[in-house]
Amino acid sequence: MESLDADLIGAVLNGDTASFEPLITKYSPRVFATARRYARRESEVEDIAQEVWTKAFQKLASFRGEAPFEHWLMRLAVRTCYDFLRAHQRNRETAFTELTGPETDWLDRFVAQPDDASEKAEAARALVGRLLEQLSPAARLVITLLEIEERSVKEISQLTGWSVPLVKVRAFRARAEMRKCVAKMAPEKYM
Amino acid sequence: MNLVDLQKKLLNAARAHPPSDAVPYAFEQRIMARLRARPVEDAALWWGRALWRAAGACVAVSLLLGVWIYLPFNATASDSSFSQELEQTMLAAVDDTDETW
Repeated sequence: MESLDADLIGAVLNGDTASFEPLITKYSPRVFATARRYARRESEVEDIAQEVWTKAFQKLASFRGEAPFEHWLMRLAVRTCYDFLRAHQRNRETAFTELTGPETDWLDRFVAQPDDASEKAEAARALVGRLLEQLSPAARLVITLLEIEERSVKEISQLTGWSVPLVKVRAFRARAEMRKCVAKMAPEKYM
Repeated sequence: MNLVDLQKKLLNAARAHPPSDAVPYAFEQRIMARLRARPVEDAALWWGRALWRAAGACVAVSLLLGVWIYLPFNATASDSSFSQELEQTMLAAVDDTDETW
């Protein structure tokens, strides 16, 4: 742990609440980037970040300083995002109805010539966003951490608090769930 | 359409578009105001209150038990007569044998 962080945490634990502010300033970009992976609306992202920092303040005494503060905070952030996904899972869209024009164009291009469909296109980003919204909370979390952030199973286990075998089982199920969702997304005319 | 390729392509797209890490203006100040506004939870105070409540409940139970034991409306008298009757009934045969032999 960086000594500055350790000093600030020590001061907060000794009752100096103001010393918490530099920690928020320093680590909020990471918290917001994590929250934006799971929530679409900016108001939801801000709610998640607020929840993460409130929990961090409340649980600061349980931080033992064996690992960097950032790791501890990211565990808290990932678990808060998972709670958010579980709380909002009923709001998931039930079908890939009404793909936008650019999204349909991107799929058309992919069918005609896969190499021409750019991964950097905004339509591709929108499509993957739709796809992730179809997944169950656990599947979305695993796919995001494993496939998109390219973290190891061990890292995911530490972040989520799940055992390594449980992460592997959930990853297997998540991939199967994702395959089904991709099949649903691809319109029949392409099959 | 190759669904495996499509899935790979979409995951690559997600990797190519990392989310923004922008923090809203004055976010840390809002959090600090929120943290200062909430009452500070003192663990010692919480335990003190809980123990005082528990002590009150214990005293009440002790008083009730004391009242139940010492006041005359308890069933001790009838219990003792019942036990004597039971003893007599059980030992009646032994008493009879004494007289017989």
